[in-house]
Amino acid sequence: MGSLPDRRKVVVTGVGAVTPLGVGAETLHDRWVAGDVGISDGAGWCRGFDAKEFLSIKEVRRLDRFSQFALVASGEAVGQAGWDGEPPYDPLRVGCVMATGIGGQDTVETQLDVLRDRGAKMVSPLGIPQYMPNAATAAVTMKHGLQGQSYGVVSACASGAHAVGSALRMIQYGDADAVVCGGSEATLTKFAFASFTAMQALSPTGISRPFDARRDGFVMGEGSGVLVLEEAEAAAARGATVLAEIAGYGSTTDAHHLTAPEPTGGPASRAIELAIRDAGAQSADVDYINAHGTSTQLNDAAETAAIKLALGDHAKRIPVSSTKSTVGHLLGAAGAVEAVATVRTLLTGVIGPTLGYEVPDPELDLDYVPGEARPLIGGNGHPPLAISNSFAFGGHNVALAVRGAPR
Amino acid sequence: MSVTTEQVEGRVVETLASFGPDQSQITRAATFEELDIDSLDLVELAQVVEDEYGVVLKGEDMKELKTVGDAIDLIVERAE
Repeated sequence: MGSLPDRRKVVVTGVGAVTPLGVGAETLHDRWVAGDVGISDGAGWCRGFDAKEFLSIKEVRRLDRFSQFALVASGEAVGQAGWDGEPPYDPLRVGCVMATGIGGQDTVETQLDVLRDRGAKMVSPLGIPQYMPNAATAAVTMKHGLQGQSYGVVSACASGAHAVGSALRMIQYGDADAVVCGGSEATLTKFAFASFTAMQALSPTGISRPFDARRDGFVMGEGSGVLVLEEAEAAAARGATVLAEIAGYGSTTDAHHLTAPEPTGGPASRAIELAIRDAGAQSADVDYINAHGTSTQLNDAAETAAIKLALGDHAKRIPVSSTKSTVGHLLGAAGAVEAVATVRTLLTGVIGPTLGYEVPDPELDLDYVPGEARPLIGGNGHPPLAISNSFAFGGHNVALAVRGAPR
Repeated sequence: MSVTTEQVEGRVVETLASFGPDQSQITRAATFEELDIDSLDLVELAQVVEDEYGVVLKGEDMKELKTVGDAIDLIVERAE
């Protein structure tokens, strides 16, 4: 095996985000770097988000909250890419891959209430089109006129990263010239809290402090992250500003347990190795890791093991930080939001810290960027290389290799 | 059950306005196409009408409707 010679290069030309830190990719990264935490009352709520500020009445009525987030984040991303109301390519050559872990959970719950209280005849015809997991994908394609390949991706907490990986391949292999991709999630409902609580997955203290010895579970969040990917030569030909390169993608599966990660980190480390190799790089070229870092005992231990297996001695030399320390765990949106954060990290040269990390766990011995933000050092004259990890319930592992734009 | 055309008109306009179009555009002569009211909206309108007036509008009834006035007239006729 090895990388195929004729694959096309793929660059990021726009990013967008709706997160508990506010609307905007810059807002996400700037506030993370400043040490702000978007978590309150046990979750990462997008409290300030008012869909009516961004969308028409019709769009608001017809879209579950997870699709509303996606539409707003995609608007920001295509705006930054300079897509002036329509894609700059044949629309049939522009794809869309949007991920979610669960889909329109709020709509499911609302319509179940209607069924119970008012009968089957009153269940809304908008129920299915709102809660189907591909609803956000459909909404984004209609909003921006994208007529190439499109679908939803579902792999729990790895969904957003799988979406970016699938979009990368779509362009690399010539099935599309550009793809709008990402993930969105809006599951801060009583039922979802009850379900995750029953699994003992959520932090009872409501504090997200990945890799800290006191970590006691993840804190659920909501939001969306979207990236515009374009084939590099086409992007250059139209004069687009390149933010970063999606250089590599690796994905494996634990086949171990429904929810617990494989404890040696073996399959997860393989995903990291595949992403590095896919980017035509060596482990020593990696300058930063945006960790999955959920703040659960099991993930943070298995992820640390996976990073060490993949990078060897180099693992201890590079910073590893978790965006979930500032926004919580956005489930199916997490991988996309963290890819957006990674792009901003490469672009600004500033690494966000793992907030709340104060008490080291003797078993976890990497540099988790405690305390405050720090400059991204590396590249050795080349654009820096970052890895963004995503691991999921179900045993799905994804690593994305993201390279900074040449300066 | 007796309802007046005015009552039905008021309810239909109010319901359609909640679907997106500006209330001032919703006249009897306005077509659903002009108002960007599609088949899913009409199913929702039918649910409101059934709930309110006990009038059952089926898919084939809805297909014939072109304007807001067509819908109001059909509902009033069925309600009598």
